Amino acid sequence: MIERKEYQDYVDKNSPKTPMIRTLFAAFLVGGIICCIGEGIRDAIKAIFPSMAQKDVAIWESCIMIFLGSLFTALGLYDKLGHFAGAGSIVPITGFANSIVSPAMEFNREGIFFGVCAKMFVIAGPIIVFGTVASFLVGLITWFTTL
Amino acid sequence: MVNMEVFLNYLKVFAVGGLVCMVGQILINKTKMSSARILVLYMIVGVILEVSGAFKYIKEFAHSGITIPIVGFGSNLAKGALEGAQKEGLLGAITGGLSAVAAGLTTAITCGFVFGLISRSRSKKI
Repeated sequence: MIERKEYQDYVDKNSPKTPMIRTLFAAFLVGGIICCIGEGIRDAIKAIFPSMAQKDVAIWESCIMIFLGSLFTALGLYDKLGHFAGAGSIVPITGFANSIVSPAMEFNREGIFFGVCAKMFVIAGPIIVFGTVASFLVGLITWFTTL
Repeated sequence: MVNMEVFLNYLKVFAVGGLVCMVGQILINKTKMSSARILVLYMIVGVILEVSGAFKYIKEFAHSGITIPIVGFGSNLAKGALEGAQKEGLLGAITGGLSAVAAGLTTAITCGFVFGLISRSRSKKI
């Protein structure tokens, strides 16, 4: 009969290997495909509106991707994908949309104010705060150097 | 050989985008980081890449492969603040960052509000 600790060591040593390779592969595959969908949208916009500025195309591309991420979250499909893909569905901008829509849906039984509106920033809040502060610092340093 | 070019372009997008996500997955597996931390970390990396000037070259190579991951969000923030500060001084430094990502944020928050109202979470059943 083996000791509990011995068994735990055995489990730790033997179990994580397969998930590591499988999850890395899944993240690579799904992340790559999501980026390719974005590129497809970019090409489509460029084909439909040839005169649109490069910068505007990029803005529309991310808006459409965010909308698609939200839509698939609302349909319940994105979380299923996330179960398989891990970081492959978190890191793209669709994952950012998912991080807003998913808690908004989950907490809507707590009301509009403190459910939907407050809880939608549970994950997105830190991103927006860090991003805003970082961008201000970048701007401030740039302003100092151009004085 | 237009088709070959298109294929090669998508291959680059797929490879770079996939690689960025795979590194995130390694971080999750090794450090048990939560998704919020991963997203913040990647966004900060985007800011650093933009400020250092490296982002431009990666973007020229991989297009959506780097702009669709949240790295692109950080890069846009930094780029907006940089350009704002150069053109309009201190006020530009304050408004530039958020102005650059205003479209994305508005879309995300509006979608969150609308979908949050009309549909209930089903994900908990998995």
